[in-house]
Amino acid sequence: MMRLAGIAVERGRRRIVDGVSLDIAPGRLLAIVGPNGAGKTTLLAAMAGDLRPAAGTVTLDDRDLHSWSPFDLARRRAVMPQAARLGFSLPVRDVVTLGRSPFERSHTRIENAAAVARAIQAADVGHLVNRSYETLSGGEQQRVQLARAIAQLDLETAGAKPMLLLDEPTANLDLAHQHAVLLLARTLAKQGVAVVAILHDLGLAFTYADDVVALHGGRAVALGAPREVLTPGLLRQVFQVDGLVVSGHLVVQGPLAA
Amino acid sequence: MAASLAIGAVPLSLHQVMQALMGQAEDARQAAVVWQLRLPRTLMAGLVGAGLALAGALTQGLFRNPIADPSLIGVSAGAAVVTAALIVFGAILLPPGWLPYAMPLGAFAGSLAVIVIVSRIAMVEARTSVALLLLAGIAINALAMAGTGLLVYLSDDRQMRDITFWTLGSVGGATWVKVAALAPCVVLPLLCAPWFARALDALNLGEREAAHLGFRVERVKRLACLAFALAVGGAVSVSGIIGFVGLVVPHLVRLTFGARHSVLLPLSAVGGATLLILADVVARTIVAPAELPIGLITAFIGGPFFLALLLRRRREFAA
Repeated sequence: MMRLAGIAVERGRRRIVDGVSLDIAPGRLLAIVGPNGAGKTTLLAAMAGDLRPAAGTVTLDDRDLHSWSPFDLARRRAVMPQAARLGFSLPVRDVVTLGRSPFERSHTRIENAAAVARAIQAADVGHLVNRSYETLSGGEQQRVQLARAIAQLDLETAGAKPMLLLDEPTANLDLAHQHAVLLLARTLAKQGVAVVAILHDLGLAFTYADDVVALHGGRAVALGAPREVLTPGLLRQVFQVDGLVVSGHLVVQGPLAA
Repeated sequence: MAASLAIGAVPLSLHQVMQALMGQAEDARQAAVVWQLRLPRTLMAGLVGAGLALAGALTQGLFRNPIADPSLIGVSAGAAVVTAALIVFGAILLPPGWLPYAMPLGAFAGSLAVIVIVSRIAMVEARTSVALLLLAGIAINALAMAGTGLLVYLSDDRQMRDITFWTLGSVGGATWVKVAALAPCVVLPLLCAPWFARALDALNLGEREAAHLGFRVERVKRLACLAFALAVGGAVSVSGIIGFVGLVVPHLVRLTFGARHSVLLPLSAVGGATLLILADVVARTIVAPAELPIGLITAFIGGPFFLALLLRRRREFAA
């Protein structure tokens, strides 16, 4: 269980995230939504341990996140970056295999290979495994990064379940794969993983997330079930769009007239 | 290696070389040629080549960029300045006999200083800018050149010849003492290669991504810089500036065997050793009985290679 208690995060001198408190529970999919510049990526970076909060605390299992060694932390949480270019091109299978780095010593070669194979299948990149990463399209590269992050999740070992942090996992994907990725995130959540995803598509957040946190100007303006957070009032106030729920789906209608 | 032992001013057959190595040479002169001249020279060429190529592969992995060559980014020049300073002032400052060991140490310090400066300049928000890397290299090369020029001005005739010879690069002055001083500088980083390989593979994804995979990125970078400076410093202190080995060899290994560092690092060392031993054979036969500086040979191979590399990745660099 990860707990953010009143954290503020700064980049340079600017306070990007201010006074955010929330719990990230195993078995749930939390969506972070908000307009550009709301502090979504910065909040995720604080959860990942990349940025140390200027105020407040981030704890994982009641221990300060920054007292965890990078290695122990890597065995508990995986991060899928927004866009990642390699310095030198590798075959896709090798990229996914890098996700097993924290488990090279503790698991056998066969166990690790099996985890890689599962991740490749889950992220639907089986047909790409022998391709060179550099030759893939943006969406395909993103799915390979997703596979790498999934390979890093340790679901077999008994004990605390891992966390998966996804930075705009659907950004470059076609519609079918957007849904496939979020279905996968839900499946992982059902297996006990704590999943956090930054999502721009409010419809996807509404349909798939267990919890939604809406950021605006670095503050969490709403937190709770999708139905309670993504209300017409909030959409208007935070996103400047109109939206309503039609037969269980959130429909967003264009920007507000000025 | 056999060719390197057999070919030279006194031609020997492979059989004669074997005999000399086994201590059964028919004539003492042959034994001396092999043991005192050719064997240390061949070993030194091999070690220098291995060190430079390994250093190239290390920095390229660290900067995630295929053009980080020790000579291009000014590190070799930094090491050479310190070495030149030791040639000129070493005899005054140091007890006799210390110089052969002080030179690798001094060169190590010189290359370490340069790699730290260059990487500080080129890293912007955890990303390396190629342009900054090369521009910093140009500036440091110019500075080092001026420093070396100044030292030449201050030196006597014999020292001047030594320094000139250094800046062109040669493995001609090989002795067992030099081989002994150089060996640990190359072997130590090589022994660490398996450890570096895992970390550099992760760094290939990006610095933040490597940290997410559990690597202590700052520590890896610091140790890689140390290993790099040790290998380059050692190589430069005995052989001067031999360019492009660290550029060409890792690139060819990557093309043939892929970019995984567990393969790249050791094979680069092997490839660098092979290339330099061969280049040395060419250097001392092509204009026999005179000798070409080996740095000329590697520059003739590496220059066009570098241009071809730029041509192929033109778009990337322009972006």
